[in-house]
Amino acid sequence: MEGLLDLLGLAKSAELLSLSPPGWGMNLLRGLGKSLQIAFGAFGFGLVIGLFGAYGKLYGGPVIRDLLAIYTTVVRAVPELVLILILYFVGTDLINQAAEALGYGRVEISGVAAGIWVLGVVQGAYSTEVLRGAILAVPQGQIEAARAFGMPPVMLMRRVTIPAMLSFALPGLANLWLIATKDTALLAVVGFSELTLETRQAASSTRAYFTFFLAAGALYLMVTLMSSALFQLLERRSRRGQPSLKGAGR
Amino acid sequence: MTATQELTPDAGAASDLAGTLLIEDLHKSFGDLEVLKGVSLTANRGDVIAIVGGSGSGKSTMLRCINFLETPSSGRIVIGGEEIRMRADGTAADRKQLERVRTRLAMVFQSFNLWTHRTLLENVIEVPVHVLKVPRAQAIEKARALLARVGLAEKEDTYPLFLSGGQQQRAAIARALAVDPAVMLFDEPTSALDPELVGEVLGVMRDLAAEGRTMLVVTHEMNFAREVADHVVYLYQGRIEEQGPPDQIFGNPQSERLKQFLKSIN
Repeated sequence: MEGLLDLLGLAKSAELLSLSPPGWGMNLLRGLGKSLQIAFGAFGFGLVIGLFGAYGKLYGGPVIRDLLAIYTTVVRAVPELVLILILYFVGTDLINQAAEALGYGRVEISGVAAGIWVLGVVQGAYSTEVLRGAILAVPQGQIEAARAFGMPPVMLMRRVTIPAMLSFALPGLANLWLIATKDTALLAVVGFSELTLETRQAASSTRAYFTFFLAAGALYLMVTLMSSALFQLLERRSRRGQPSLKGAGR
Repeated sequence: MTATQELTPDAGAASDLAGTLLIEDLHKSFGDLEVLKGVSLTANRGDVIAIVGGSGSGKSTMLRCINFLETPSSGRIVIGGEEIRMRADGTAADRKQLERVRTRLAMVFQSFNLWTHRTLLENVIEVPVHVLKVPRAQAIEKARALLARVGLAEKEDTYPLFLSGGQQQRAAIARALAVDPAVMLFDEPTSALDPELVGEVLGVMRDLAAEGRTMLVVTHEMNFAREVADHVVYLYQGRIEEQGPPDQIFGNPQSERLKQFLKSIN
């Protein structure tokens, strides 16, 4: 093994990426863990916002619909980097002001919580639209049948609308999840030590930019590949009951 | 019937009024367009009422107003002696009451409307288990019997979209029967079917009529109406133009419009 790495001239890289110091591998993995944690939290938070947002946009009164339209328009119009800076600084500022007003000192805000909140708000806007489209794609008759049989609204949403819309929503949601994993890199600008920032630190300390950024790229790619496999599984399950489209497009 | 009786869920089932339906002066407008201009109708227990009429006559709208899938503009709807409480604008005043009444009214739709992400068995037990809180094992046992009855015993694990229209509609009828409905509403149940599949669905409906279920059937199948219905209602532009026993409606129509209508469909 060692010989092979020597032969390929990779011995130095392997040493740099080793999991135990002086290798930086552990730092990268820690960064990846944080990135995934935030991506997962933000995606979930975004889904909750999205579900309420989609229902609000579809069935809400004029005020709710207008507010949601402003939310989705603004969030999707402003570059995410700018939005992250705004939300992060506004968010922490508001919390600190509130804390001071209540007589506490400045509060230390957890990077993970801040990251989830900031990216979640961004994800929520996109989720709202993905889920709204998916709900609209559910054949109206299935919802009508549930109403006709006396199903209360929340049960109808849980038993009929959500499972029926899932197959329409999953491709869009898979996109959103992948975007979430990569948007965590933007949090580097607010000094949050996720994968990208850890990589930059490792790279600048060792001057081995190529090695570390390639390694980070490989990690992101691995996350994507595994996510795709998982989403494929979910999609197959959600499409149970729907005849295959194979060959139908010819 | 006393007021307290009216409030219990099974008031209808327990009283003489079980399986009865009363519609009084039902109006429905979509914007400026008045689709129903005061329709009244009474169904006694076991009555099979066929509702016929040309397209745009309001027959489907009338049926859909009974369970408030369309909100009536005004009028009264009384099911099993229990009146659905309405606000001045026609919307149901008491959502809980409406949901309870709806569980006593089973609807069969033109386009089946089975839940496509659930198997036939899951479709049939869905409302009993989740809305009516029947124990699952009991619901499954009953669902199997119902599926067997409509000739789909072998298909309980199949998803609806893998079946023919006739099979889907028979499954939809099993789903409707699973709630032990007081009144069954059929909204053009054979209109979306290929001609050769119409018979199997009508056969099942014939059986239901024979066992004394109260049924309101909006249909274009005049032979079915003639042979199975106790009473035929002909709607024209949102009003009941003529009604009576099938022999009279089909054999000796009085109104010119009904004569025209019968001529046009033959």
